[in-house]
Amino acid sequence: MSFLKLFKSENVANNSESIWYENWQLLKKNKSAMFGLYIIIFFVLIAIFAPVVAPFDPYAQNIDIRKLPFFSWPYILGTDDFGRDILSRIIYGARISLVIGFISVSISLIFGSFIGLISGFYGGWIDKISMRIIDIMLAFPYILLTIVIVALLGPTLLNAMIAIGIARLPQYARIMRASVLAEKAAEYVEAEKSLGVGNVELMFRSILPNCLAPIIVQATLGVGSAIIESAALSFLGLGAQPPTPEWGLMIASAREFVSSAWWIVTFPGIAILFVVLGFNLLGDGIRDVLDPRLKD
Amino acid sequence: MENNKFLDIKGLNVSFYTQKGVVRAVRDLDLWINKGETLALVGESGCGKSVTASSIIRLIPSPPGKIESGEIFLDGQDILKLSEEEMQKIRGDKISMIFQDPMTSLNPVFKIGDQIAEIFITHYGLKKKEALERAVEMLDMVKIPSPEKRVKSYPHQLSGGMRQRVMIAMALASPHPGIMIADEPTTALDVTIQAQILDLMKELQEKIQMSLLLITHDMGVVAEMASRVAVMYAGRKVESADVYSIFEKPFHPYTVGLLNSMPSNEKYKHNARLEAIEGNVPNLLEIGDGCPFENRCKYAKDICRNKFPEIKDMGNNHHVWCHFAGELNF
Ligand SMILES: Nc1ncnc2c1ncn2[C@@H]1O[C@H](COP(=O)(O)OP(=O)(O)O)[C@@H](O)[C@H]1O
Ligand SMILES: [Mg+2]
Repeated sequence: MSFLKLFKSENVANNSESIWYENWQLLKKNKSAMFGLYIIIFFVLIAIFAPVVAPFDPYAQNIDIRKLPFFSWPYILGTDDFGRDILSRIIYGARISLVIGFISVSISLIFGSFIGLISGFYGGWIDKISMRIIDIMLAFPYILLTIVIVALLGPTLLNAMIAIGIARLPQYARIMRASVLAEKAAEYVEAEKSLGVGNVELMFRSILPNCLAPIIVQATLGVGSAIIESAALSFLGLGAQPPTPEWGLMIASAREFVSSAWWIVTFPGIAILFVVLGFNLLGDGIRDVLDPRLKD
Repeated sequence: MENNKFLDIKGLNVSFYTQKGVVRAVRDLDLWINKGETLALVGESGCGKSVTASSIIRLIPSPPGKIESGEIFLDGQDILKLSEEEMQKIRGDKISMIFQDPMTSLNPVFKIGDQIAEIFITHYGLKKKEALERAVEMLDMVKIPSPEKRVKSYPHQLSGGMRQRVMIAMALASPHPGIMIADEPTTALDVTIQAQILDLMKELQEKIQMSLLLITHDMGVVAEMASRVAVMYAGRKVESADVYSIFEKPFHPYTVGLLNSMPSNEKYKHNARLEAIEGNVPNLLEIGDGCPFENRCKYAKDICRNKFPEIKDMGNNHHVWCHFAGELNF
């Protein structure tokens, strides 16, 4: 049956906790997932309150203080080759990276799930056509596909998000389709049909909520990879454009100083590392909770 | 008499077009149920009971399934002639269904109150709040203790018997419950719970004068519940009669086999040990036009191999499809 933990019928408790609540209780016990969640919350707070927490204007250049090493008070993480405060740029960069992560994942989540839901539910030629298109998309090396899409749309940050969203969409479609196929065979679907429930309602109201678990795992892990990918695109000059304080772009534009002023490239890299780590830990934890088969 | 039949199936043929060939799951089936009556449809697994049930509610998976021919009159209306939209309105209204496995026949992510309320919203156009109040009443009707609390439970918080009660409540929530199809409603439950559920179904059925098509392979359940019985074998009906004459004087060797395999049957205890019917159900792909029971029947003759028997009327609405009906001594 579904990924959800449904098999605790001996637990006839009087409390009417939903499965989601129960899963949250389990997740809370998972230390690494919680650590991941704290990292994410930390970055989200920083992003929201960037103007408050950032000590300097991330765009303000000052040729007198170029490439100050880190711990040069008050420039805690030092300054870059234009004399901009690296800490402030990283803090503002969190906004960009998280927005990129959420938007591109939302694109693949919404469209991918929709395609997977429709093709899994209706089957037949709809399924055949959409799955062949998905196969073709998956046949491209992933980063190449992204680059092609950005090249077609033009190199801006928004287009990078769209490209990442589209390029990752096949995975969501596949996952959703597989869960829908499994759920479609479940007896409750038959039972609801026998009560006169129509196709659209069956698909969106009955089956979809039962297919969310694997998609949520995928989406959580996906935010992390989308952040890395947008950094890669910016690094290649296909994403954010200077002087945007995007982490990938910060690394790219200072790469010639890797040996002389290592902190300019290192700290944005560490920021990427932590955010992605946060999403990966959380995603893995959610998977452990939702899919008992993966537990030892 | 004719217009007293709430359900009347005439000459139903259902096939499945599989990769291995055409499976004729139901062949030339005639079946009727009077208003308020319980008909038991019995037979070994794979004989086409569930396919018959799905045909009545028109939920045969298609492809691979197809209703080839026949008529299914429900309350005088041939539902095989209805459009899918019209049929959808009848499901959960005049006709409802209970399934075998109460563990999986409720949607795991919704509270049971919401699932019952949904019926009142769809079929009665009630608002959410009123619908929930009705859901509580329904749970009370199927004797679920503290229904106000239970509406807020999720399916996984209920036992199998409770869930089957919820399923019954949902089936009875329909605006014009005319017939309920119960496909092995107690097979997945403990024996003690089985009896409770059957009692409940019987009580409610009598209360609202609803017809019941009870599918089972348990002759004990038949004796308890049904007024008439139809015995199916490999897609065909082989015997039908009222419940008394089936137990008293079965004419088809297969029916006799079924009764012999029933542990608590006094009448057959003396002449036979508790015995399973020898041999296996024939592969529906390879089945010919003869009597499908021929390969397992110790009385089979050449004619059985070649020709499916004509209906034989043994009087008292007792019908048998056996070349030698009435001539055999069991
Ligand atoms: N979806 C299907 N695809 C192919 N064959 C099917 C399908 N459903 C049922 N059948 C065939 O119909 C026959 C009758 O099945 P069923 O009505 O489920 O038996 P039962 O009497 O146990 O309820 C089975 O032997 C099976 O071969
Ligand atoms: Mg069955």
